[in-house]
This record gives sequence, structure tokens and C-alpha cells, in this order.
Amino acid sequence: MDDSYPHPTSSAAQPLAPGEIRLSQARVGDRGVIGAVGAPDAQGRGGLDAQELERRLLELGFVEGAAIEVIHEGAIGHDPIAVRLDDMRVALRRKDAADVVLRLAPETAQ
Amino acid sequence: MSTATARIALVGNPNSGKTALFNALTGSHQKVANYAGVTVEKKEGIITTASGRTVSVLDLPGTYSLRARSPDEAVTRDAILGQLKGETPPDVVVCVADATNLRLVLRLILELRQVGRPMVLALNMFDIAQRQGLRIDLEGLARDIGAPIVTTVATRKRGIEDLVAQIEAKVEALAATGALEAPNTWHEPSPAEIRQAHAEAQRIMKAHVRPAERPDTLTGKIDGVLLHPVAGLAILLSLLFVMFQAVFAWAGPLMDGIEGGIGALGGLVATVLPDGLLQSLIVDGLIAGVGSVLVFLPQILILFLFIILLEDFGYMARAAFLMDRIMGGAGLHGRAFIPLLSSFACAIPGVMATRVIDSKRDRLTTIMVAPLMTCSARIPVYTLIIAAFIPNQTVWGFASLQGLVMFGLYVAGITSALAISFIARRLFWRGQVEPFLMELPTYKMPDAKSVLRNLWQRAAIFMNRAGRIILPLMVLIWVLSTFPYPPEGATGPAIDYSFAGQLGHLIHPLFAPIGFNWQMTVALIPGMAAREVAVGALGTVYAVANAEEAVGTLAGALSADWSLAMGLAFLTWYVFAPQCAPTLAVVKRETNSWLWPTVMFAYMITLAYLAAMGVYHGAVALGWG
Repeated sequence: MDDSYPHPTSSAAQPLAPGEIRLSQARVGDRGVIGAVGAPDAQGRGGLDAQELERRLLELGFVEGAAIEVIHEGAIGHDPIAVRLDDMRVALRRKDAADVVLRLAPETAQ
Repeated sequence: MSTATARIALVGNPNSGKTALFNALTGSHQKVANYAGVTVEKKEGIITTASGRTVSVLDLPGTYSLRARSPDEAVTRDAILGQLKGETPPDVVVCVADATNLRLVLRLILELRQVGRPMVLALNMFDIAQRQGLRIDLEGLARDIGAPIVTTVATRKRGIEDLVAQIEAKVEALAATGALEAPNTWHEPSPAEIRQAHAEAQRIMKAHVRPAERPDTLTGKIDGVLLHPVAGLAILLSLLFVMFQAVFAWAGPLMDGIEGGIGALGGLVATVLPDGLLQSLIVDGLIAGVGSVLVFLPQILILFLFIILLEDFGYMARAAFLMDRIMGGAGLHGRAFIPLLSSFACAIPGVMATRVIDSKRDRLTTIMVAPLMTCSARIPVYTLIIAAFIPNQTVWGFASLQGLVMFGLYVAGITSALAISFIARRLFWRGQVEPFLMELPTYKMPDAKSVLRNLWQRAAIFMNRAGRIILPLMVLIWVLSTFPYPPEGATGPAIDYSFAGQLGHLIHPLFAPIGFNWQMTVALIPGMAAREVAVGALGTVYAVANAEEAVGTLAGALSADWSLAMGLAFLTWYVFAPQCAPTLAVVKRETNSWLWPTVMFAYMITLAYLAAMGVYHGAVALGWG
């Protein structure tokens, strides 16, 4: 582990690198670190502007470098999901999770 | 040395045990009110220090950031910044942190540092941190955040004296210098600044906190069951079933007791006061009126007991998780689940409970549909009409037809609420979907004392509302149903000649198309006070004394006078109609505008009218006219 969170090297708007998936596509058991946080397409969402969601995600601990693991999903459409995020647990909808890029740990990378 | 009361404010992340610490600090010296102009609960208490100084303590709503997202969080921000209307800024900020979950609160502390007010950090739940083998270098941490640290276990009142001493030291230092520690440089952080703060918080964590040797695994194990896609939902439904059983079965004897007590009080007052207007005002207006609301107190207390227990245990966030997709399909937020659940007892606490919903639109939608949930005030009306018109027979070999109709009325309420919120989303607030982001807190054993205190506060708030809103309404409705007196030699019931009676006759043509006779419309007017009052009012019009006890007699009178179609139309009306002025008044208070109660009244009465008309004419076509 690094001594501090790295500053983002890639924005979530950019294409995904190998071994990266959007948190919205992750399944239970997928784990790794957060690669990027931010809106994939700023036009895509309605009332809440993309930066606002980015700030809320950041405030709840979704920050580049944080350890993350998907631990539960809902019964209908596998939505929402619950993740372990460093020392805490957070629930979110897949739609909002699209703004988080998950860099899969080597053993779970597809 | 000034003798003015020093003021401190408690701030921290949600689930940090902030309220437990507030209780430990202030004991029973606390009161709950509202902040001026906003419907956010204000919890304030008093502590007396060892040296005899009094300090007032404000328990601010929990938040992850001073950048407020909800009305609750805006109060926290404004209070800390000293911008809250009618409030003086706190002298000292006490930041409460869950010692086992420091990462996010460290970032909040960095924001609080920018405000420049003197600060003390209370590392709460320190016993759990120790049990987990979490090592925190308190001196180093205190140096890095620039504030003294006190370790506390609020539920066991450990560290409270130390905390008070540190607060007092800060207060004295402030009084001596008369200046804040640093100028206020706080501004809303940009995403880049939040990332920077996270990096700084991470650095502080690395430097002073060694990870737990035995991290909590219990929460994960419990979640494995409670959040299981199938078992989790089954457990939630069973919990709801037990809750409803409790609300309706356990509350019964208590409600009978309250009814008896109110009746006895009315009888006693009636013997003391001379017959006449004053006696009628006090007995029929005030005592009976307040009694008709008070009688719901046992149900509300039992419901709140369950809600508080589940909340303190940490289950409510899980319930919101399990229900989010189901509620979300109708355009509601997962958190709307709790307020809608409360509305089954009474829409008033339900509307008040919508404060947990951050987003204004989600909250308004929830408020708008809350009164469609079958509140317990509808039950006497449903029971009466079902007893009068639905034969007591068994269908499919096991189910009671009357029970099925009752169940159908509940289902009608729930489905219409979901449909209305779905339509509201599609038509008015299209695309405006707020994110659903929620911490799932660590499970904790609820603390009996704090549960009871919380329950008492809920009850006090409900009674206060009942007193201030319902009492004047009751007097108004009493006036309408009492004056003017019937003329000499009148033959009909007295209410027929009153304003309420005249109004009932006046609006009767409007209700003829949905099958109501004039007796029904007359009963609707006093029934605006609370739904179940309609039973008593029907009793008055049909001259059945003590209608609420003699349901059988009244049901007999109704089945002789009404057709089945009329009975069904009346039932349908009561599923949807806004027959509850107190609910409208609470919506006015909670939304701070006349617009929303007006919208609520308009849509509910339209829905009730159309549905009752459909049911009436459908039933007539089936030959039940």
C-alpha cells in the first residue's frame, strides 16, 4: 500500500484500461481499488449535475486508491449493491456506481 | 470572567454515537424543538461543569461534510458557521468520532479546522476500538489535527468528565483571549479539494492509527443473512408482520383503557358543570375531540418502539437497501420506507418522519402519498361499513370474506400510493433522480435507556402537535355541528339544523352522483377532524346513541337505509379522501407552504370522487343498487 492516495492519473471519462470495470458492472466478490471517480458522460444524468454526484461519492469515501469489494446485491436486477469501502460499508444504486471505476485485484480480473 | 452561558455544538458523521454522547453529557436536561423557520429538529441540553459553570449543548444533525445536501445538514453547516437565524454561534465545537471508523471523520475535521472555532475531538466507542486491537497514537493525532482528544464510551458514560473538563478549558481560553483560534477560511470544497483532504486524512491515519488486529466480523456475518436477496426480504416481511400484529393486537387493551378514561372524564365533567353550552363545548368538543386523537397514542408508541429499536440496531439502513428497488420502481427513495410504514399507524408521524430523506423532491413525493397508507383512524370506519354490508361468511374454505375486504382496502391504499408517486415522477419530476448513497452502519445492541428517552421524546412531540393543531380544529368542528340550535318542535336530529348539517345538505347535490345520501355528506363534515369521527357523526344523524360502542346497532341502521353500492362507494371514498384536517396542517408545517397541503387536498379528493363514482356505478350495474 502507498503512503497516501495517489492523485487521479486517468479520469473516469476516459476509456477503461485492461483490468478495469465500472462499479455498476461489478458482481458480488469483485474487489480491488478505485481507479477513478467521476461521470462517464456529463450529459447522461438529469437533475443532479455530474460534479455534484462526484463530490457526494468522494465525501462518502469513494476516492482513488480506496480498497473496495462488492459484498451484496439486491434481489431485483441485482440492484442496489453494497460494497465494503476501506473500513466501512456503503450501499448505492448501480446507476450511480457507473461513476466509479474499479481496478480489479489480479486474482479476480477476468 | 463572564457569567454568560457558554455554548458548544456536537458535530460528527451519522452513526458516530453523537446522540448517545449528547445523552451522556446532558442526562435529562434536554429539550427538543424546531429551528426557527425550518422543520429540522433542534436538540438542546444543559451541562453543569465541576466548577459550576453551565454550558448549553446543541446536538447537530450528523453529516459527512459541511457542504450541506439536506435541510438537516444545512442546519449543521449554518450553526457551525454562525449563520443560523436566531442562534448564536457555538463557542466550542465538539467533534464526535466513531473510533473504529476514523477515515471519513478526519476529512470532516479538516473542514472544521478551516472554520477556526476551538474544537475538541471525542473519540467515541473507544471500548470497541480497544477490543478490536486498534492502536491510536492519541498525542500524535491531537498534534496533527490541532485539537485535544478525549476518549469516550458514551453508552457507559466513560470519559464524560474528561470531555467536560476539556470543553471548559477551551471555553476559558476563549474567554481569556476573546478571539477565535484562526480566521474562518471555509468554503465549499471542489472535487479536487475533497481528494486533497482525503490524501491528508490518509496520511494522518497512516501516521497515528494502526489497523485493527481483530476487526469486526459480526456485522458481515449478520449482513450475510439480513441482506440475502431471498432470506433478507423474507425476514423483513416477517418483521413487518410482527410489527403490525403488535400495533393492532397489543395496543388494543391500552386503547380501550384510554377510551374508558376519556369517557369517564367526560362523564365526570358533565356532572360537575351545569347542562348547557359550556358543558357541551368541554365534553363533546374538547374532551371527546382530544380523546379521539389520544387514543392512537398506544399504537404510535408501539410503532415507534419498533422503529427506534431497528434504527439503533442498524437495521433501518438495511431495510432501505432491501426496499430500494421495489420503492424505486414507483419513483420513491429507499428511505421513504420508514415514513410510509409509520403512516399505517397515523399519517402525522409518517409525514414528520420524512425528514430522514435528503432530497426535497423525494421527500415531497413521500409526504404526498403518506396519507394513502391505511392509517388506524380508517379502521373504525372500515369496520362499521364492512359489518353492515359484507356478509360474515367463509370463502375458499378458510378465508373470512370480511377480512378479505379489509385486506383489499389496505392493498388499495398501498397500490394507489405507489401509482401516484410513479405518475408524479413521470409527469412532474421527470429525470430528476437523486442518487441513493448510504452508509450501512455496524450493528450495535440498542441501549435501553436511550431507546426509552427517544420514545418519550417522540410521544411528547406527537402530543404537542395534537394539542396545538387538533384542539382548535375540534373546537371549530364542534361550533359547526352545534350552532344554530334546532327550532322549537324540531323532529330531526339536532345536527341536521346546524351549520354542519346545512353544509351537508348544501353540498349533497355534488355527492349524489357518487351515490351518497344527505346523511353521509353531513357525516363527512365533522369527519374532517379525524376519519373515525365519521362513525360518531353517522351515529348522531341516525340517532344511535354511543355509536362507537354500539357498532352493531348502527350497522343495522345503515344496512337498512343504504344499498350495497352506497356502502361500497363510502368505503372507497375513505380509502382516498383527505378526511383529516390535522394531516393537512402537519403537511403545511413540514413543507412551510400552503401549496402542498392544497395540492394534497385537491388530488386526494379528486381521486376519492372518481373512484367512489366508479365503484358506485359499477356496483349498481351489477344489481347491487
